[in-house]
Amino acid sequence: MEAAQVKPYVIYHKKPLSVRLRNAARIVFYYVIVAAVALLFLLPWIWLLSTSLKPPAQILEIPPKLIPKPFMWINYYYGVTYIKFWQYLWNTLVICFFVLIGRVFSCTLVAYSLSQVNWVGSKILFGIVLATMMLPSQVTMIPIFIIFSKLGWVDSFKPLIVPAFFGDAFFIFMMRQFFKSIPRDLIDAARLDGATHLDIYMRIVMPLSRSALATLIAFTFIWTFTDFQGPLIYLKNRELWTLSLGMRGYLQRYGAGGGTALGAMMAAATLYTLPMIIIFLAAQRTFIRGIITTGLK
Amino acid sequence: MELTYKKKSVKWSANTRREFRDGFLFALPYVIGVLAFLAYPMVASLYYSFTRYDIPKDPIWIGLKNYISLWDDRLFIKSLWNSFYLTAIGIPVQLIFALFCAILLNLKIKGQAIWRTIYVLPTLMPAVVMAILWNWILNPRLGLVNNLLKLIGIKGPLWFASPEWSKPSMIIMLTWGVGFMSILYLAALQGIPNELYESAEIDGAGVLQKFYYITIPMISPVTLFQLITGIIWSLGFFTQAYLIGGGGNNPGAPQGSLLFYGLYLYIQAFEYLKMGYASAIAWVLFLISALVTWIILKTSNRWTYYEVI
Repeated sequence: MEAAQVKPYVIYHKKPLSVRLRNAARIVFYYVIVAAVALLFLLPWIWLLSTSLKPPAQILEIPPKLIPKPFMWINYYYGVTYIKFWQYLWNTLVICFFVLIGRVFSCTLVAYSLSQVNWVGSKILFGIVLATMMLPSQVTMIPIFIIFSKLGWVDSFKPLIVPAFFGDAFFIFMMRQFFKSIPRDLIDAARLDGATHLDIYMRIVMPLSRSALATLIAFTFIWTFTDFQGPLIYLKNRELWTLSLGMRGYLQRYGAGGGTALGAMMAAATLYTLPMIIIFLAAQRTFIRGIITTGLK
Repeated sequence: MELTYKKKSVKWSANTRREFRDGFLFALPYVIGVLAFLAYPMVASLYYSFTRYDIPKDPIWIGLKNYISLWDDRLFIKSLWNSFYLTAIGIPVQLIFALFCAILLNLKIKGQAIWRTIYVLPTLMPAVVMAILWNWILNPRLGLVNNLLKLIGIKGPLWFASPEWSKPSMIIMLTWGVGFMSILYLAALQGIPNELYESAEIDGAGVLQKFYYITIPMISPVTLFQLITGIIWSLGFFTQAYLIGGGGNNPGAPQGSLLFYGLYLYIQAFEYLKMGYASAIAWVLFLISALVTWIILKTSNRWTYYEVI
């Protein structure tokens, strides 16, 4: 802040040396503490990468070395062959794809109704949205499982995909908050020109909401890609497993006690995490804005 | 009987009718969703909770028996205690650490975008990978943490392998992933008008006083939000507990110390297939979270501050 608001007299009247020293020391202290915390956050990542590249003997070495020697790139080959990595990845992506389509359509339509259409249901439904966000999902989990198993949908992707087409409280809330921020005049003008709600939704609201849509897509993708409990309940057949279940397969077989497969497991874990990081780095601002709009308003 | 007068009805104008029709049609997916995936399941699970329902057999009404046997169920009480521990200690620890990180990310130093990325990245790690990785990092003999502790002459604990340390280990792992909470706090910090601090400085307030009298009240709405969502999440906490503690014959190992509420519910429902009993567990969870949310909201006007514009 001080740097941004340099006032002219500062140039002519330097602050006394003691003050400048104290300020410099304070800045250094800031950097040290920020970097120290960053190191705490980074160490597990470094450990993941390091283990994923270590030869088996080095994994069991005490004290452990940080830098693998030699780099066992072949762990990554083992990582994707010990389990059916590509099959699981494909399954996960198929689920993500359909969930994304369902979420985008249902949540934006519902959010439009709750924010731009003046009807009695909008207040009631918005109340339900808010209440549902506070509802632990475990309460509805069992009857929903029973419905899907009576429909014969266990061991298919349908129980994981179909609910996405019927909205999700969190994302409806997020989109509604965004739609509310679209200037009212724009929509009123369109209404006066005789535009229907469908026109306004398609021609005005959706095109103006690209950033919110990006947030919805990014969050939905990440949460679906990493979901564990849903696939665990519904997918028993190994051919249908998602990556999260495949990684659990590793954990069950090799545990965390070391051993030869640990490098391969960590390599697979790294590959599984990689898409999340790429998406985050590519859409970082979108993400941060998304977290903020849902939490602050 | 013949009606000689027209039935009195509230006349809706054409516009109101059209708005209603459009609003309803747009919201239709969610209306169906609420009925199929919310209203019906809530009622059904309440009903199941009064039955013995060992699928695939049909449910048999047994009244309050499930709820009564919950209190004699040693494992249920244990899971309740474990989740209470995880929530009562874990959530405050996470909130405080998240605020600390947010304050660091709000300092006027260079490279904040990079620091922020580093702080947030752990949130993106899939829960399964997080469980695998931290189980390895906290491995008593080969793990990173105990070997680092050895360097400074401390003999590290058994972490996830010991009943005393398994829950603190879990809290450490979850605290590592507080990135989203930090971002919310950071946004709240950036929303505090600078004039407040400036006028406090003129009045001679120190750093701690400014923090206590300005920062904490100004971010209290965010604290309220994170407290409620955090508690609800923590009570249903499942994935890492299942992967590290495990189900089966020895659930929540070691010695049931990782048998959290969400895990016990899963075991009763999907390992023992006791849907009636599990529904009772789910409804107790619902009542507890509703009660906690209500209490927090009721008392929140004492400690949250909303700006009156």
